[in-house]
Amino acid sequence: MFALPALATLAAAGGFYAMLSGMRRGSFDPRGVPSALVGRPVPEFALAPLPGWDKPGLSSADIAATARARPVLVNFWASWCVPCLVEHPQFMRYAAEGIPVFGINYHTGTQTDPGATAWLRRHGDPFARIGIDITGRVAVDFGVYGVPETYIVDRTGIIRWRMAGPITPEIDAEQVRPLLRSLS
Amino acid sequence: MIPELGHFALVLALLLAAAQSILPLVGAARGETRGALLMATGPTTAVAHALFVSLSFGCLMWSFAVSDFSVENVAQNSHSLKPMLYKITGTWGNHEGSMLLWLLILALSSGAVAVFGQNLPATLKARVLAVLGMVATGFLLFTLVTSNPFNRVWPLPEDGQDLNPLLQDPGLAFHPPFLYLGYVGTAVAFAFACAALIEGRVDAAWGRWVRPWTLAAWCALTLGIGLGSWWAYYELGWGGFWFWDPVENASLMPWLLATALLHSAIVVEKREALKVWTILLAILTFSLSLLGTFLVRSGVLNSVHAFANDPERGVFILILLAITVGGSLLLFAWRAPSLEPKGIFAPISREGSLVLNNLLLATSCAVVFVGTLYPLFADLAFGARITVGPPFFNAAVFPVFVPLMVAMAVGPLLPWKRADLWAALARLRLAAAIVLVFAVLYIAAVDRRLLPALGFALALWIVLAAATDLADRIRLGRIPFAESLARARGLPRGIVGGIIAHAAVGICLAGIAGKGIAPERITLMRPGETTTVGPHTLRFDGLRDISGPNWRGTAGTLTLLRDGREVATLSPQRRFYPVQRMSTTEAAIRTSGVADLYAVIGETSEEGQTVVRLHWNPLAPWIWVGTVLMAVGGLVSLSDRRLRVGAPARRRREAAVPAPAE
Amino acid sequence: MRALLLALLLAAAPALAIPAKAIVDPREMLPDPAQEERARAIGKELRCLVCQNQSIDDSNAGLARDLRRIVRERVAAGDSNEQVIAFVTDRYGDYVRLTPPLNAVTVALWASPAIVLAFGALAVLAFYRRRRAIAPPPPLTEEERARLARLSAE
Repeated sequence: MFALPALATLAAAGGFYAMLSGMRRGSFDPRGVPSALVGRPVPEFALAPLPGWDKPGLSSADIAATARARPVLVNFWASWCVPCLVEHPQFMRYAAEGIPVFGINYHTGTQTDPGATAWLRRHGDPFARIGIDITGRVAVDFGVYGVPETYIVDRTGIIRWRMAGPITPEIDAEQVRPLLRSLS
Repeated sequence: MIPELGHFALVLALLLAAAQSILPLVGAARGETRGALLMATGPTTAVAHALFVSLSFGCLMWSFAVSDFSVENVAQNSHSLKPMLYKITGTWGNHEGSMLLWLLILALSSGAVAVFGQNLPATLKARVLAVLGMVATGFLLFTLVTSNPFNRVWPLPEDGQDLNPLLQDPGLAFHPPFLYLGYVGTAVAFAFACAALIEGRVDAAWGRWVRPWTLAAWCALTLGIGLGSWWAYYELGWGGFWFWDPVENASLMPWLLATALLHSAIVVEKREALKVWTILLAILTFSLSLLGTFLVRSGVLNSVHAFANDPERGVFILILLAITVGGSLLLFAWRAPSLEPKGIFAPISREGSLVLNNLLLATSCAVVFVGTLYPLFADLAFGARITVGPPFFNAAVFPVFVPLMVAMAVGPLLPWKRADLWAALARLRLAAAIVLVFAVLYIAAVDRRLLPALGFALALWIVLAAATDLADRIRLGRIPFAESLARARGLPRGIVGGIIAHAAVGICLAGIAGKGIAPERITLMRPGETTTVGPHTLRFDGLRDISGPNWRGTAGTLTLLRDGREVATLSPQRRFYPVQRMSTTEAAIRTSGVADLYAVIGETSEEGQTVVRLHWNPLAPWIWVGTVLMAVGGLVSLSDRRLRVGAPARRRREAAVPAPAE
Repeated sequence: MRALLLALLLAAAPALAIPAKAIVDPREMLPDPAQEERARAIGKELRCLVCQNQSIDDSNAGLARDLRRIVRERVAAGDSNEQVIAFVTDRYGDYVRLTPPLNAVTVALWASPAIVLAFGALAVLAFYRRRRAIAPPPPLTEEERARLARLSAE
């Protein structure tokens, strides 16, 4: 009985160690919020195109139609978001390889994105279609909590993967590519 | 040059602490006479260790004061334009510097034991110093290896990156020192517990020696938590004062256990009972302080307060934690069974009430512990991400606190050994009647919300019970008043401190309950318009631009009107700190001592309407009045002659105290 | 690379770094005070995802505003409190609920106060039981009685 506190401490320390080593490996992240949408169909929506930009708008029907042929990436982004710029070259590469990438321009109640077209002009436009989410409502339907966030939709229109934060070359190689291969 | 001196002093302190943790221990093992010389190195190394850590801390403070941006830590956390006060307090506004502050307080504590522990038995003192030395060695090593505050940076930055503006505030500037004083203070009680386990002896004298250190740590922790919550109240801008944030919980848990320890140490001192439990409490209290350090600095927790951190440091602290806590608990498992209980112990008695106090405090601490860590372990074990927020803590802690509050009023009225509960309750019948009448009137006439009403009633109950205790002790009304007054002066400080601290809990509770009925008004205002909140009418007189040394902002003017006359102005601000790209709100608070009028301004729309948020918080200042009074109660107890001169030698053990006839 | 990314993330998202300048915009409020009060109560139950340990009612982050607006829309549309919370949980998972729901994962959490208290009470009972087994001290000797009388006379 006197050994009980020591044993409990040992167990707790083991747990903490598992957390810390998980944090180093990336398998345990106390800050990230998992998506509730993975394994579920793409929410219904229809968004208008970005004004002054020569790309059609985006709806869930567009995603479903394209996804029937091959998996689709849906990317929430904004021009004021620096990590979006970090992952931007990655999306240019996907576009060049013919992987369909759809963009949703992210707005919130406090932050609109007047610089979106200038940003695309300057850095290039990887998106096949761009919808503008003026009310932030579609983002909430997707469970987005910040930009950038990227979703992968499989051929049956089910969301298979979500990344909160930029898609770095490591994440591309370790997660995106294998998933795209297995889905197509 | 100065930073290198600081670094060097820290390395020397490490060597001294290592010596302090080994030599006296070996000496104590050799015995009082053969080991006398080795044991004598304890105080010497402890004092030298304290001096060198102080020197090191002084060097870092100097680097901050003169804005030496060649020191990485200064460059990352200071700015040349920052006011001098915040340059200096910025010393501990970051991970490395706060570690150094932690070490400083630990070193000063062990120095204090060395200097003021004159009447401690030589072996006990040597062992206490050795345990403190071990803790210091571990954390000095941690600081030097992973978090050296004296690292230089090249190329020299032009200016610093400034301190988080939320920390540029008098309330928060002095919050960490008090908090650390509390955390580290519990290390002394911990060291006493370990030393007692090594000696295999816990007696009344031990209880008496450990109590002042626990009391001092508890006072500091109380003030530290109070300062933090006061800061949250006026700085975070929505008038809350406690958020059940994991880091707040990390400070609350040691407080709850230190409170329990404070009370159980009395039982050890008076009755030589609860020895094993008290030892365990002392170990656990410090363990929870260390756990807080780990949670805040390892990054496993999701909190606004957490330092930017990396798992590498976390692993280091975890190892330290495992050695310190695991080691002491193993020692406990090994030696505690030999601490034989003595004498009778009745449930209805002063000591029985203190057992109830300990049960409820330890339970509430365990509930906070589970709630704080549950999301982490749920994630680890089930991969489930959940949040345990304020509604859970309120719902879980409340049912434990209500009986605690009811009982803490009765406990002090029970005599030691064997008590008559009905007699004690009979002494409280006047208090109970007043509380009942108050509750009925309050619900009927003032407000029907049950929880605040219960809070007020309990608060009144606690204060009246404390007053009854005092009145009985000085025989108020039964003997001439002057005689009562003389008796009051003659009361032991320990008793007076207890009465003050208990009443303070009631006062604090009243303030908390007051927040439950506080009305608020959120409205859009154009200059010249008036609005009301609670009993007050205010006129909005527009905005003006203001600026400070490292910020710019907007201040609103709200004029408090009484019968159309201008009584006062409130000037809430919004500030922007360009270097850190952060905005803060500065609430304007006008307090009458009985209630706060609390104003915050928000954004101004294009049509020229400004969002104004007003709270009228009845009794809110009492939360902090109560907190400060608790600490005052602790300090009054601390000044008790028994504790100051205190600690007579263990002679008493031989001449067994005659038990009164029963 | 990691550190650089982190720095960029922090620089990019001032909204993340601002812990609180919470002030609800009155224009968001519902005209019906009863409904508004419900919306506030629901808001206090929902965690602001970008600001850590704050409810959406306490936060001025963009997402918190959007969620507040949605909560008010649902309340105005006649949803019950549970329906509104379910609407948000459906999109963000149980993580957004400041009061964790009772399920297989959290049953230990919700039971913990009762378990701890019961365990503690049992320990206290066992303590008293063992204590009763210890024989009371022997009665005082004549000498002790005399000394006691002397002491109490002083």
